[in-house]
Amino acid sequence: MKVHEYQAKEILARYGVAIPRSRVITAAGDARAIAAELGGKVVVKAQVHAGGRGKAGGVKLAKSPDEAVQLAGQILGMKLVSKQTGPEGRIVHKVLIEEAVDIARELYLGIVLDRAAGLPVLMASKFGGMEIEEVAAEHPEAILKEHFDPVAGLQAFQARKLGFALELSGDTFKKFTKFVAALARAYNESDASLAEINPLLITGSGDVLALDAKMTFDDNALSRHADIAAMRDLDEEDKFEVEASKFDLNYIKLDGSIGCMVNGAGLAMATMDIIKHAGGAPANFLDVGGGASEERVSNAFRILLSDPSVKAVLINIFGGIVRCDMLAAGVVAAARNLNVTLPIVVRLEGTNAEEGRRILSESGLKLQPAATMAEAAAKVVAAVR
Amino acid sequence: MAIWLDEKTKVVVQGLTGKEGQFHAAKCREYGTRIVAGMTPGKGGTSVDGVPVFNTVAAAKAATGCTASLIFVPPMLAADAILEAADAGIALIVCITEGIPARDEVLVKRALAGRKVRLIGPNCPGLISPGKAKLGIMPAHIHKEGSVGVVSRSGTLTYEAVGQLTHLGLGQSSCVGIGGDPVPGTSFVDVLTAFNADPQTEAVVMIGEIGGSAEEEAAEYVKKKMKKPVVAFIAGQTAPPGRRMGHAGAIISGGKGTAKEKMEALAAAGIHVVSTPADIGITMAKALGRA
Repeated sequence: MKVHEYQAKEILARYGVAIPRSRVITAAGDARAIAAELGGKVVVKAQVHAGGRGKAGGVKLAKSPDEAVQLAGQILGMKLVSKQTGPEGRIVHKVLIEEAVDIARELYLGIVLDRAAGLPVLMASKFGGMEIEEVAAEHPEAILKEHFDPVAGLQAFQARKLGFALELSGDTFKKFTKFVAALARAYNESDASLAEINPLLITGSGDVLALDAKMTFDDNALSRHADIAAMRDLDEEDKFEVEASKFDLNYIKLDGSIGCMVNGAGLAMATMDIIKHAGGAPANFLDVGGGASEERVSNAFRILLSDPSVKAVLINIFGGIVRCDMLAAGVVAAARNLNVTLPIVVRLEGTNAEEGRRILSESGLKLQPAATMAEAAAKVVAAVR
Repeated sequence: MAIWLDEKTKVVVQGLTGKEGQFHAAKCREYGTRIVAGMTPGKGGTSVDGVPVFNTVAAAKAATGCTASLIFVPPMLAADAILEAADAGIALIVCITEGIPARDEVLVKRALAGRKVRLIGPNCPGLISPGKAKLGIMPAHIHKEGSVGVVSRSGTLTYEAVGQLTHLGLGQSSCVGIGGDPVPGTSFVDVLTAFNADPQTEAVVMIGEIGGSAEEEAAEYVKKKMKKPVVAFIAGQTAPPGRRMGHAGAIISGGKGTAKEKMEALAAAGIHVVSTPADIGITMAKALGRA
């Protein structure tokens, strides 16, 4: 789960990560008092779940409280289009008013799970402000890495190693090691999957501050972090995906015209691949999961069909835990309720497949059966042509 | 031979008293698996379908001599269940549970490092040695005893591949689902190593997917050590970057872990890489000279 910058900073601050003073607002008029309180000169930052905000005009410096109000007014409600949002962009509903700080140096700090090592890894670089992938491509030697055990935590010597390598000294060095330790603790204890400070700021007076902060969290661990789970912002998510999540369905909106309903994530991806191979394009990824009930399948089908770009549907089920007869009954019920007129290609295999096929063929619905994945893909692609 | 599991393996089911545990344990028994014990804290002394239930894995092992465990417990309790099995000296632990926090998986991996225990999964369908025994939730009837080893990060996509093999008359030695999570207990390399050494296995089907670098590591191994033909498919060729495709581990992050990179690495290692899942079976038949 993603959160906004202001939420990430709120979480990080609880662990002692140093952040600039700031307040989040939804009405431009509120910027004046806050800007005045923060010293007059502030940065107005659009809060959306996407990077590239600065270049897209979502981050602006205000030299006075009046200008802060004016800029907040411009940014609130704007459609922010960056390379991460895609052409449809995002509407800005909240802005962060943050004190302007002087910049002596910009560094990078980030923590992710290194899957190959099976451990979290803290990465640091002197190229603050640059995306870490770019640094990895252009200056791979400049990325410093420290793996750490989540039980023991990041050790003090590891933070010192990074501080020396980044050529920090004196008071700033001490503040940096404290910052790094706090960041590692925040990552670990909040079950984050990413904690990134880019840039990490060294101010003219030697302070160490998180100028920007990005955190994402392990969905599987949200049940033990009710406070973080409550930070979910549905405005930032696709409406079909929000609806699907209510029924615990794995649904991801794509830009093709063939709606897919599949059981199992791997088979669902492979179904998308074979549709592409046959010359079509999938409208979505949808995994109805292992323990799909008739009701779940019915909801999945309804959500899939509510997308107006869907011109035909491919249902591909290999029954293991899921019984094909149960699934077929769910599809028939949903298709009747929704008065479906689109072409539907169905491929059922595995547990109770024959019974499932019988239910479909006796339903009176216009369903095209397919025996194999390849045949199903060819039929559904032909149907949208 | 087959790998890790056969008709003699004695199994304890952790979470046998739950709905899923009971259902799948019964299916495993029907197939010939020796399910000798169940384990649910507080239910010791009871039994499920005639199988005695114990309060601890240690007690189950002392009473029955079980050496393998099949785990069906809720995700927040799964790390504890795995560590209990390992502590009791269980050698083979298969964890079916989906939805375990990644941090718990990291802790488990650290705790098991250097110990003589094999963890398969979590978030996997388990393993089956066709004709001998199954330790998992896969539909048994699609399998056939034979000489093709199957290893996969997916569940139903594995059934698809197995279905194709069986349809073409190609039986399987063992099929291992290593699971779709970011920190699995057993890697592709672990399974390939076992298949390489197994006299029953003549060739291997490997099914990977986007995310991480486990397929690239497998390619390295195959290039250096594998003596048997390998056919591979990578799911997620059309997956958008930055999105988790159902499995916790199936995500292209920072432009890394794409299907394209993986397919290139596998092909460079001499593996028969297929671009569509429909070609898995037929490509294996050709590789074995049986098509």
